[in-house]
Amino acid sequence: MSEVVLRNVTKTYGDNIAVDQVDMTITDGAFVVLLGPTGAGKTTTLRLISGLERPDQGDIMIDGRSVIDETPAERNVTLVFQQYSLYPHMSVRDNLAFPLRSPMLKTPEDEIKKKVAEVAEVLHIEHKLDDKATTLSGGEMQRVSIGRALVRRPEIYLMDEPLSSLDAKLRADLRVELKRIHANLGATLLYVTHDQIEAMTMATSVGVLNEGRLVQFGAPREIYENPVSLYVASRLGQPRINTLPADLFAGSPNGAVTVGLRPEHIQQGEGKRSTVVRVEHLGDQTRLHLTLDGHDIVTLADGHTTLEPDDTVDIQPRNALYFDANGDRVAQGGQP
Amino acid sequence: MAEIVISNLRKEFGAFTAVQSSSFKIEDGEFFMLLGPSGCGKTTTLRMIAGLELPTSGEIFIDGEEVGQKPASERDIAFVFQMFALYPHMNVRGNISYPLISQGMKRGEVREKVAEAAKILGIDDILDRPVSGLSGGDRQRVALGRAIVRNPKCFLMDEPLGALDAEFREHMAEELRNLHDRMGATTVYVTHDQLEAMQMGDKIVVMNHGVVEQFGTPQDVYDKPATMFVAEFIGAPSMNFLKFRDSVKAGSTSVQLQHQTLDIPALRDPFEGDLVYGVRPEHIRLSDQARYRGEVIASEYLGTTQIVTLLTGNGEIKARIASDQPARVGEQVGLDFDGRTVSLFDAQSGRALRSELNEGVLSHV
Repeated sequence: MSEVVLRNVTKTYGDNIAVDQVDMTITDGAFVVLLGPTGAGKTTTLRLISGLERPDQGDIMIDGRSVIDETPAERNVTLVFQQYSLYPHMSVRDNLAFPLRSPMLKTPEDEIKKKVAEVAEVLHIEHKLDDKATTLSGGEMQRVSIGRALVRRPEIYLMDEPLSSLDAKLRADLRVELKRIHANLGATLLYVTHDQIEAMTMATSVGVLNEGRLVQFGAPREIYENPVSLYVASRLGQPRINTLPADLFAGSPNGAVTVGLRPEHIQQGEGKRSTVVRVEHLGDQTRLHLTLDGHDIVTLADGHTTLEPDDTVDIQPRNALYFDANGDRVAQGGQP
Repeated sequence: MAEIVISNLRKEFGAFTAVQSSSFKIEDGEFFMLLGPSGCGKTTTLRMIAGLELPTSGEIFIDGEEVGQKPASERDIAFVFQMFALYPHMNVRGNISYPLISQGMKRGEVREKVAEAAKILGIDDILDRPVSGLSGGDRQRVALGRAIVRNPKCFLMDEPLGALDAEFREHMAEELRNLHDRMGATTVYVTHDQLEAMQMGDKIVVMNHGVVEQFGTPQDVYDKPATMFVAEFIGAPSMNFLKFRDSVKAGSTSVQLQHQTLDIPALRDPFEGDLVYGVRPEHIRLSDQARYRGEVIASEYLGTTQIVTLLTGNGEIKARIASDQPARVGEQVGLDFDGRTVSLFDAQSGRALRSELNEGVLSHV
């Protein structure tokens, strides 16, 4: 496993700048998640590192050497795609062994056997090794396709939304599994997703992309608690951060145009009077839809709340986030 | 508008039974969710209500009329599929008009109806645009427009948001629910996404292997699950199941686990044997005083909250606590369970035992 460094990397397709001067260091053993909506440049970044695309500008280094002129095979990286593609006529065992049997690697058969057994155990598919790939469920197929990457020990594992086609339960299980695999193998991973839960729960560092630019890079907690802009703040958090005019409440700092309120930034019991529009019981959380001076606000309530529509709740901000007219974060003098 | 009653409905495909014996009632104007994993029979149930499949046995009443063996065209319902197909060579108006024109409705009347539907959906400004250039959301709205323009007795929707990405799905879910609130038409909606079901539904039917496991309001199904399947399927992370053996009397308000006394809602019937203590992650607090102990083995940060995984004498337990509360890996902590919210299950059958908490809900399962 190795460190991967991107220096000033730019990639354009015609007039469209897909990746815009990205500088990023993926340290050895890190689990980096790139987060952003469709079109932010996440997948292009992966393809640039894997060698499927060539940057117009900038340099990519793996383990200290520039790999710009190397083919994907020479770079020794593995890529897991969103849509699993297994060889349908082969057994699970042969699918897993396939990358090791490539003429470039020339792995001895007994070593292949050992590696396949190891990976099958990690992914809990030992009992399926002799089944045809086509007889597996969707979740099992995706585990095999992740397994096919894991049998190799590349410099870095690159994963492009590998869980997005799975149902919610399985996604949650595989999140935990991937995190465990990362910890056990000490692997370096770069993982692309638009799912904030995946980013928050698995990453050692999150990179937030906006229109090809890397706008913030840091630990999940850092990104959530200390976003540099309104854009970053809106990427994380469920329910989504409320954005309101800064002067709606007293005490906003100079230059602030917008105040961003997450549920934990809204203190209930004192402050301005708001009206309950709807109480939404989602089981693990109860969402309170409020209206205050014509602004919609969503926050959380206790599961046993007795609040009903048309009730009133007094609210005030606590350690809120403030942003200027460009959406950049405004420092709060004196406030933590 | 319609009330739909399903009575002992069964569907076999050769030797495979897709739906065993379903009975439930959809009230007029309800937003009704059919929820379950793939292969549970939810789509087959919907297709039988639509008339796209004929039941092997049982009855379907729409507004009191038995329609089980009638063809789809005689049922006056509108179906919205997961993969909505629009006519690519027609513009938005053409697509929405199509069902009315094929019914032979007069042009003037069609125009009026289409304008009305477009207004409800907020797409009156794009009526003359070709559908090929539209965004995913607008395409979905056009597909809905084609369904609502006929003013059917009810809407049947088969995972209409399944193909959309997460952020947009949430937005469309809200829009669909608002649309329903404005129109008030009975809607039956199939999904495997429990959050979607909780968020949008007035009532939920949870199905598994062709069997209705539970039927009720989202809150009841979540708080008072009738079976371990329901408890596990709804909620993320799932309800924790702590297995133990005990003998409990009717009226008991506590059980013994790991030599600790844990509170439960007062039981209605006695039970002896293998039991499961079911507690939701958000109903566990970490507290130094609590005598039930566990070791923190992982924590997943989620912003407002965090999920802490603990290793206990009953296996792994997940707790959802505020993210500003400390939980260090390797630390020994006490776990405090909110006894008022606990469900006890018979480990063998997977059914919930009747208690003060759930008796009102279980009586009509």
